[in-house]
Amino acid sequence: MKRNRIPQFFIIVGAFLLLLAVVLMLDNVPGVPVMLLIVLRKGAIYALVAVSMNILNGFTGLFSLGQAGFMLLGAYTYAILTVPVENQALVYQRYPNGGIGFSVTESLGRVLGQPGLLLGVIICLILGGIVAGVFAYLIGLPVLRLKSDYLAIATLGFAEIIRAVVQYEKLGPITNGSNLLSNFTNFSNFHLGSLKLDTVMPFVFAGVCIWVITLIINSTYGRAFKAIRDDEVAAEAMGINLANHKRMSFIISSFFAGISGAMLAMYQASVQATIFKAAMTYEILLIVVLGGIGSISGSIIAAFLFVGSSEWWLRFLDNTTVLPNFNAKLLFAIIFAAIVVSIVFLVVYRQNKAQKSRPEAVGRGRKILSLKLSGVITLVVGTLLLLGDLRFLISPDLQVPLLRSGFRMVVFSIIVMIVVLFFSRGLMGDRELPDLFRTRHKRL
Amino acid sequence: MSDNVLKVENVTMQFGGVVAVDNVNLEVNAGEIVSLIGPNGAGKTTAFNVITGVYPPTNGVVYFEGKKIVENYPRGKMKKLYKTENNGAYTHAIEPTPDKITRMGVARTFQNIRLWSSQTVFENILIAKHCRVTAGLLSATFRMNKLEERRQREECDELLRILGLEGVRNELATSLPYGQQRRVEIARALATQPKLLLLDEPAAGMNPQETQELTAFISRIRTDFRLTVFIIEHHMALVMDISDRIYVLDFGKLIASGTPAKVQNDQRVVDAYLGVSEDA
Amino acid sequence: MARILPYLLGGISVGGQYALIAIGYTMVYGILRLINFAHGDIFTAAGFFMVYAAASLPIYVSVAVVILLTIFMGVLVERVAYKPLRSAPRMSVMISAIGMSYLLQNVMWYITGGLAKRYPIIPWISNSVTILGYTTKRVTIITPFLTLILVVALVILIQKTKIGMAMRAASRDFETAQLMGIKIDNVISFTFVVGSALAAVGSLLYFSNYATVTPVVGAMPGLKAFVAAVFGGIGSIPGAVLGGFIIGISETLTKGAGLTTFSDAVTFALLIIILVVKPTGLFGEKPTQKV
Repeated sequence: MKRNRIPQFFIIVGAFLLLLAVVLMLDNVPGVPVMLLIVLRKGAIYALVAVSMNILNGFTGLFSLGQAGFMLLGAYTYAILTVPVENQALVYQRYPNGGIGFSVTESLGRVLGQPGLLLGVIICLILGGIVAGVFAYLIGLPVLRLKSDYLAIATLGFAEIIRAVVQYEKLGPITNGSNLLSNFTNFSNFHLGSLKLDTVMPFVFAGVCIWVITLIINSTYGRAFKAIRDDEVAAEAMGINLANHKRMSFIISSFFAGISGAMLAMYQASVQATIFKAAMTYEILLIVVLGGIGSISGSIIAAFLFVGSSEWWLRFLDNTTVLPNFNAKLLFAIIFAAIVVSIVFLVVYRQNKAQKSRPEAVGRGRKILSLKLSGVITLVVGTLLLLGDLRFLISPDLQVPLLRSGFRMVVFSIIVMIVVLFFSRGLMGDRELPDLFRTRHKRL
Repeated sequence: MSDNVLKVENVTMQFGGVVAVDNVNLEVNAGEIVSLIGPNGAGKTTAFNVITGVYPPTNGVVYFEGKKIVENYPRGKMKKLYKTENNGAYTHAIEPTPDKITRMGVARTFQNIRLWSSQTVFENILIAKHCRVTAGLLSATFRMNKLEERRQREECDELLRILGLEGVRNELATSLPYGQQRRVEIARALATQPKLLLLDEPAAGMNPQETQELTAFISRIRTDFRLTVFIIEHHMALVMDISDRIYVLDFGKLIASGTPAKVQNDQRVVDAYLGVSEDA
Repeated sequence: MARILPYLLGGISVGGQYALIAIGYTMVYGILRLINFAHGDIFTAAGFFMVYAAASLPIYVSVAVVILLTIFMGVLVERVAYKPLRSAPRMSVMISAIGMSYLLQNVMWYITGGLAKRYPIIPWISNSVTILGYTTKRVTIITPFLTLILVVALVILIQKTKIGMAMRAASRDFETAQLMGIKIDNVISFTFVVGSALAAVGSLLYFSNYATVTPVVGAMPGLKAFVAAVFGGIGSIPGAVLGGFIIGISETLTKGAGLTTFSDAVTFALLIIILVVKPTGLFGEKPTQKV
């Protein structure tokens, strides 16, 4: 056991350093698609938020929908503290004498150069997390005593309130009202020699935060969280103070959500309250579900997949596409039909097999197909899609049907619903990446 | 003060107009095994829940090692609804949460086993040690509590060894057979280092042989861990075999108490279990 | 007074609309213990149904069509997203509801291209009337009355009919009701029928006050109606109605006080206040825990 653990630690650190090297290279080699870099940057940030949400939803069994609100707090705290003094007049155009009159990063940067700037960024990220954590503490006081539904409701409400508050005209000199905050210190301010660090930095920050979260989850406190998730009554009877531990989990989750919000502000180089809507929380929740509730590595993988498909791989669905000639159209139609047929076949075949091997189905005579409702629906939808494909093929039209602005999100949300309904354990269930390489259920 | 570990004084638990526990007085002395028996719905588990702080009583006091740990009196709506004696005897309210009582040294098991389902046997027991952790969140996160952690793990392994559970150490707790799950639950309660152990129907659903093993098991842990044990049980074989004293509860009221032999021959107990015929 | 009056009237009106939506939330919660996040989007969808129906059908026919389509949609959502998860953990169902809300929003965005659609003018209720020297649309005046009539009808339905009794039984104890031979799926479907129908009526009234419908416009009134349901004590119909009016009035009064930025936030502030003071809402029941 003991002998085994030290190499594992080094493997993980080594793999992470290797990953950083690859990312650094991608950032600085010409010809790398800019989309890839965007996905990596945003993916790293979303991975952190998703993991932070997983602390609460996956490991403590509490359901909070305030992630966007805590991100907003982190983002604004960071932005307000780091706008350089000479930019403040420009940023706070509508508010004479707006801004706080100093900038943490700028002051430290002037004294210590790049390391000072970095130190300033770290301090402000942490302050962003702390502000979010303090608010979590305050909300938690009344709400955590209640059933988990109420936490969801209250946090959702809080996120809406905080969004309205920062846009309040009277707070304008600090929050810039409903206008953008921008020109603050961001990832592109950092260089290592002539190397750009735009993508490496989010990776490093997110990596360190997720590492700390993993340490928490595997500590005695993390184990107590899991006990609360599994059986609250038993946890309390075994001496775990529910109120304290739930609050702790809520504050930790919000702290890291705050940090990730600040990182999002850095990534975008600007921040505005309107983007931190309930829809953002929903997206993060869906990442957690896709990855598997209670799996840190699942959340990380799902975050990159989510950002990748919504920003990049599914982009083509949003563009109206006109095929050049009939051959291309024929090819397209055949490929489409092949995909539909194989998916339908897979679903129907598997379900048919499963249904027939059920004990009550044995000896009930031969039926060609034995399906559940979902199988029948798959069959019907598949047939309709094929008919549509055929119609497209015989029509003189060369424009691919359905593809236009907004279709990407439709396809995307259908995929999400399919996962929620049929693969509710998500990618990883509650396992972690290393578990996949082990045969037996063996931990600790 | 006598050497009683647990003393329940005039405890009444009323749910709305229903009196579940009616002005009950009982004592459990250090080192004893005491059983609480009674027909279904007599209020036994409710009495346990009051002692362990799951709900505050409507009226009455609970002492643990001579210290008042729970106290309440009819308040609010209960003022009007309160039906039984000793109204006005108490004027304070002490309502600790269950975890606090556990940390004082009272541990329990549940009638329907409540193990943490996603955790292994070892983890279940290790988590129960959490209430004795002195490290704060930060030092636990950055592993500055290595000594404590290692000591606790060793204690858990020791516990598993004593209870004969080392073979299933890394199994998922809820995947074990029923009888073993009961044992794990008792082991988990022991991990909190209690002075008083409350067992809620430990033999429920067990066959005679398993019950016999359990009887021996309970006697053994009493001596090994210097425990006082308070049991709710239906299996009379186990109760008569193991108990130093027995309390009998019927419709929330204590109807008899004493040694097994005495209780066995008490007419009221027989009536409570078998019913009194109309024309008697 | 004269200055407050228009806001008060507006508040009562919008409150009635919130109440109609809130009933859908509260009924579903009462039976399934599920926050139906998709309800707000069904409300929006009803708005679009009206836009498209009125384009080709006579206005009164389209009102009926809208209500029917909305009902169909509500039941469909239940069948697709909630029924398969009946034995799953509560969190999964809640997530499914969020996923459904996300899907509906995206589909609506796709179909409309994200553009605001002009809401048809429904004659009579969209006409202007003058009351106490203040001119408003007739819908403002009608809404509270219509709301109350519908609520009374609903209460009669729940108290006096067989299906109403089945609903009450199911909300008290889902499993026992099932064991007693109540066809729980029918009861749940019926709950969605009622909830969606009321949301459709609410949508007709709400959008008559505004010129346009957009795919995301329903999110906010949906959320506020939900807060109204919580405020009144989720699971309680009178609570939802009272909550709806309180939320509506406080919202418009905030606007009247010149704090428009806070008109949304005040709703949620009320939510937090009630959760602190009386977590189960005005008429909510206290849940009991069994060990």
